[in-house]
Amino acid sequence: MADELLGRYAWLRLLAWRLGFGFAILLVWELAAGRLVDPFWFSSPLRILRHLVDWALEGSLFRHLLVTLRETFFGYALGGVSGIAVGVVLARLEFVAQVLDPFIVAANGIPRVALAPLFIIWFGIGELSKIILASTLVFFLTFYGTFSGLRAVEPAYKEIARVMGASERQIFAKVSLPAASPWIVAALKVGLPFALIGAIIGEFMAASRGLGYMIQLNTNQFDTTGAVSGILVLMLAVMFFNGFLNRLERYVLRWRPRERTAQARELQ
Amino acid sequence: MDSILSLRGIAREFVTRGRVVHALADLSLGVAPGEFLTIVGPSGCGKSTLLNLISGLLPPSAGEMHYGGAPIIGVNPAIGYVTQADNLYPWRTLRENVEFPLEVRGVGKAERRRRAVELIERVGLGGFEDHYPHELSGGMRQRGNIIRTLSYDPDVILMDEPFGPLDAQTRLILQDQLLHLWDAARKTIVFITHDLGEAVALADRVVVMTARPGRVKSICPVPIARPRDLFHIHDDEHFRRTYDRLWEDLESEVRRAAETWRTSS
Repeated sequence: MADELLGRYAWLRLLAWRLGFGFAILLVWELAAGRLVDPFWFSSPLRILRHLVDWALEGSLFRHLLVTLRETFFGYALGGVSGIAVGVVLARLEFVAQVLDPFIVAANGIPRVALAPLFIIWFGIGELSKIILASTLVFFLTFYGTFSGLRAVEPAYKEIARVMGASERQIFAKVSLPAASPWIVAALKVGLPFALIGAIIGEFMAASRGLGYMIQLNTNQFDTTGAVSGILVLMLAVMFFNGFLNRLERYVLRWRPRERTAQARELQ
Repeated sequence: MDSILSLRGIAREFVTRGRVVHALADLSLGVAPGEFLTIVGPSGCGKSTLLNLISGLLPPSAGEMHYGGAPIIGVNPAIGYVTQADNLYPWRTLRENVEFPLEVRGVGKAERRRRAVELIERVGLGGFEDHYPHELSGGMRQRGNIIRTLSYDPDVILMDEPFGPLDAQTRLILQDQLLHLWDAARKTIVFITHDLGEAVALADRVVVMTARPGRVKSICPVPIARPRDLFHIHDDEHFRRTYDRLWEDLESEVRRAAETWRTSS
């Protein structure tokens, strides 16, 4: 949400309602726990909070979180960069793209969960297998985003650039790439939670560290508080990075009309 | 007449849905340096195709095209092209759009900026330099479109119904601005329009094209003195006589084009 559009007061009001809603959920949960539902299965906000504090003080929270974030980050970077690179290359090599098309569709069709055990055999139970798994999820998203985005560039934009004297390289850098940037940015945004999913699935399969490993371990011991605590931390991490990506998006796509179109109409 | 642009026996065919469409057939035309030439013709007569050929974006199926004595092969940096749809890049501000042709030529940042701002101010868009296209009105965008082509100073400027989608008042103002810009720079302009009044008001000579396949039906000089007062030109005796004469040529072609639609649909 673009807060500058809402005005300061409206933004504060929205924030207050959001916080209020979140608090209401927690309150209902807390009151229901021990009365309507058994906290053994569903835990409760206060238990989770206590658990998180203990976990944090003891230091293992950050140790595990760091492992998962590292896997997510490198998987995201690897998948994102290679996806964009392959997308750029194939968008230029039409015939190669046609030859590869069914293979790409097939590869993308593989449920990645099925690949996780293989990756662990190939790349070990350390962080590398999780990074690779995360990157395969991100790769196809950014590849398709980049490829389709470059294909969808208005031909007239390129033609007029040619008439104005731009070289093929300049047309690519100054016309095609910016024209495709909304697609690429959208793919990168969608890709972030997938990178985390990849890392967590990998940790579920076989790992000795990481939040996914902790969640799995706690669940196996019927420690629902521990499991939900881990899930909550993952949620917060995704929200945090998403906020960062939103900022990046707003900067990269600052030229796009947002809800401000009424102002543009005003000018005409 | 020494032509800066000469076309001889130009033809262009397209294949759509397995059918060959003859857009242009045996079209010949010469354009004098510094001339303001307008082209009118029934819709679908290949006017836009003609500009795509001259700009070098499309090769002709037959015939020869010369610019300043040299054959036209591929795009020519001396020939600018203002297309009908406004193609300002939405990710660039107005100023960055006008700078684009200078940027690809390696003109320095300061010089580029100076030239862009000067042109922007000349067409009354001062204060909108840093606006993105979606923040501008249709008329403002079309002005941006035109000065973007002017910025790199091509000798010939092709214009494909540049004022087509604009309202009547905006058109009149932009026509007037265009004449002033042309008067200052004396470029050669080849200007396509479906509006006969616009064609007469702006041109040194008006070309009437036939229905498809398009060729030159007649060429008529416009004997109205310059500078012209576009706001009162409709009262001019020469304007009316030229308009009527051209309409006689054009009317039968428009009817023929309409006939073709009826029989083909």
